[in-house]
Amino acid sequence: MSDSHYTRPKSTGERNADRTRSVGGPSDDTTDDGDVGDVVLRLDDVTKRYGTEEAVTDLSLDVREGELLTLLGPSGCGKTTTLRLMAGLERPSEGRVELNGDVVAGDGAAFVEPEERGVGVVFQDFALFPHLNVRENVAFGLTDLDDDAVERRVDDLLELVSLSGMGERAPDELSGGQQQRVALARSLAPEPDILLLDEPFSNLDVRLRVRMREEVREILKKAGVTAVSVTHDQEEALSISERVAVMNDGHIEQVGRPGDVFEDPESRFVASFLGQAGFLGTQICESRIETTIGTYDHDLLRGYADQYVGATVDTLVRPDDLRATPANESTADGRITKRQYTGPSFVYHVRLDNGDEVRCMHNHAERFEVGEPVAVELVADHALAWYPTE
Amino acid sequence: MTVRNRLHGLVEFGDEQRRHRLVVVIATCIALLVASPVVWMVVRAVGAPSDAFALLVSPGTLQVLVNSVVVVAAVSLFSVCIGVPLAVLTVQTDLPFAWFWTVTAALPLVIPEYIGAFAFSSAFGPHGAFADALAPLGVSSIPTIYGLQGTVLVFTLFTYPYVFLTTRAGLLSVDGTLVEAARTLDRSSIGALREVVLPQVLPAVSAGVLLTALDALADFGTPAIMHYDTFMRQIYVQYNNYAQPGYTALLSMELLVVVAVVLVLESRVSGDANAGFSGGGSGRPGRLHLGRWRWPAMLFPAAIAVLAIGVPLAILVQWYYRTGTTYAGFAFQLSDVLHSVEVSALAAVAALIAALPVAYYAARSNSLPSMIVDRVSYVGYAVPGLVLGISLVYFGTAFVPALYQTLPMLIFAYVVRFLPQAVGSVRSSFLQVDETLTEAARTLDHPPLSAFRRVTLPLVAPGLAAGAALVFLTTMKELQATLVLQPTGFRTLVTYIWKVQEAGYYSEAAIPALVLVGVSALSMLVLLARERYDV
Repeated sequence: MSDSHYTRPKSTGERNADRTRSVGGPSDDTTDDGDVGDVVLRLDDVTKRYGTEEAVTDLSLDVREGELLTLLGPSGCGKTTTLRLMAGLERPSEGRVELNGDVVAGDGAAFVEPEERGVGVVFQDFALFPHLNVRENVAFGLTDLDDDAVERRVDDLLELVSLSGMGERAPDELSGGQQQRVALARSLAPEPDILLLDEPFSNLDVRLRVRMREEVREILKKAGVTAVSVTHDQEEALSISERVAVMNDGHIEQVGRPGDVFEDPESRFVASFLGQAGFLGTQICESRIETTIGTYDHDLLRGYADQYVGATVDTLVRPDDLRATPANESTADGRITKRQYTGPSFVYHVRLDNGDEVRCMHNHAERFEVGEPVAVELVADHALAWYPTE
Repeated sequence: MTVRNRLHGLVEFGDEQRRHRLVVVIATCIALLVASPVVWMVVRAVGAPSDAFALLVSPGTLQVLVNSVVVVAAVSLFSVCIGVPLAVLTVQTDLPFAWFWTVTAALPLVIPEYIGAFAFSSAFGPHGAFADALAPLGVSSIPTIYGLQGTVLVFTLFTYPYVFLTTRAGLLSVDGTLVEAARTLDRSSIGALREVVLPQVLPAVSAGVLLTALDALADFGTPAIMHYDTFMRQIYVQYNNYAQPGYTALLSMELLVVVAVVLVLESRVSGDANAGFSGGGSGRPGRLHLGRWRWPAMLFPAAIAVLAIGVPLAILVQWYYRTGTTYAGFAFQLSDVLHSVEVSALAAVAALIAALPVAYYAARSNSLPSMIVDRVSYVGYAVPGLVLGISLVYFGTAFVPALYQTLPMLIFAYVVRFLPQAVGSVRSSFLQVDETLTEAARTLDHPPLSAFRRVTLPLVAPGLAAGAALVFLTTMKELQATLVLQPTGFRTLVTYIWKVQEAGYYSEAAIPALVLVGVSALSMLVLLARERYDV
């Protein structure tokens, strides 16, 4: 089997391939270009317990001015609790929450109630007041302005969310997308320092979700507001955010720009949660690395250093990194165990001879049958992430 | 989502409870106050002389106990026999004019039992309207209405709607696709009804039976009119005779034990009684087709309607047109109505104020203390009005003679009695206000009190109004506590009716009785508008 294609020019994802990392665990790098803005909100070793259950454990996170950061994780990982801690709707059991440099919760400082924080929240079910019309909903948070100023501000916001002329409607006369825009306008009206969005698109149907994603992002950028959103939808997180924080079991596994997190997941959890992941058992030898499907140059491993020679690691391979080709029993690397049809493409699950499970993506014209022996070829044009063998 | 809900529940122990400590304290005080009459009854019973205890196990008392149990059992059984088929017919089949029959099946509840009892004793008693009508046909005597049969008949006819309404709500909440699923699994439509639908409405049926049983235990008017000795009648007689001071308290305690047994039995059957009350489904897939029985099936609801609505109304109208002997002392006066309105309005306002903290606490917290407070506030529901009234008389005469036979004492009795109605109504409206709405208000710079005023209050206002209206209307027709606690010379609609009935001047009672039936009909409308059948 050829091992030549991985030595292509390095992709952008390899920019930090020369940093050092230990085999012991994920490194704690923060992404360089996110450092531009000042920190608006900081969580410092925050823990939240309900009875004996820890929903959030020792969580630290900075949110920087002007960015849209998304907390991404499976349900029950503590992401909504984290958002509610930011809003002041929950009190941290331990740790500290800072807003614009002031401690608003924890460390013996007086707890600042949500209404004192200058934080806007878009709720999952939008939480529009059913007894108030659209204008009254948007004006609800404008408690300090005189009537004329309120009217002008409401006009501006309705224009921002393209709902001018809908002001007299009741919330239940609006479509899901319109309700969401009202919720957005209402939370933006008092000019919050930071806007929090709790699963903002989960109540919309799939097609509307994709459209609203773009629309909401545009509105947030136009308003120039710092925002934190929460979702379990990786596509949503990757497509709208400047930075993504992947959460698991009450803590953050990795924070970074969407592309970096996707291409260089720091943990198996992140690798598996974002996209489909397979792992290739890999032996690092003196001059080459060996896997069951072939041997390759050291450069295939992202951030390789000579000190790792002799180690056994698992290399992350995504379906588009691999190709299966028909083979006979003697040349095969494994067998097809499952065929997943996704429309434009097939994803084949292959059990390799050494027991590793990997997936290969093919266009819909290439067909293999379950049980068929195949050779598996590495076609990745970028260095691959790897993890200590479990 | 479930994890989030669970966590929300747990929050109540921490953050929220801290914020609402004042509400918790007030709610607990109200619950204790409401439960206090039972405590006084216990104190009184324990302090009863020993010969009163001997009376308690005397053959006469045991006979009364047996009588009461027989009445309750029979009324429960017959109510199920009438209420459940009516509910199934109107909800689950293609009965013609189903909506009309739904209304007629629910309506008997608006006729207070004592008025129903007058009407039946007047219609079917010796020399009653029915006997008079049959006399020309050569029928010289009809089976007597008095005794067990009359008592059971009247109770059943005027309380079966509880079973009908809760069963109906239960049937409506059964997911129609379950019936379809059963059909695809080779069940006939009757098989699906029996194996899928009825097991699911069992909690609702038992909740209805509970209401029926409590009513039958608590009312002394009907057995008194039907000349049948039950607990309540015995207690009333004993109370009026002052024969054995401790005996009444002991009888009341014994009755409360029976009530407790009924409550326990009901909770055994129903498990989660609330299951039957959850929202109404839309569309009724899996309806039974009656085929050629479709039209004849209407005979059943029609017969029940004639007996339970037609007879009493006809009798009342007949009383009105009959020029009977009148007695000056019993002339019906406008002040009677005004008194009724006055006490009812006061009771409604007081009950609403007392219900607010209790309902808010119950709706916003899932903790054990909140459940206890909520349950304790329901004490007045299970305690018969007469027992409650007697207990307050003891308390008043022994500790605060200044309050004995005063308006505040009477109002307090009404609040204890009808607080559950207000709490139920108010709590369900609090529950309908999504908590994220208050949270949204908080994040929009409104402190808790302002958020409550601007968001929660406007949204619960209709529920508060309905709760108050319900208390007002049920207070209007309350007989038992009113008879015992009314201030001297303070006559209301119901006490007037009771007096003229006791004296035999039935024709005088026609107008006030019709007014009361109208008032009760209004309270039924309020109930139906709220779609809550469990009050």
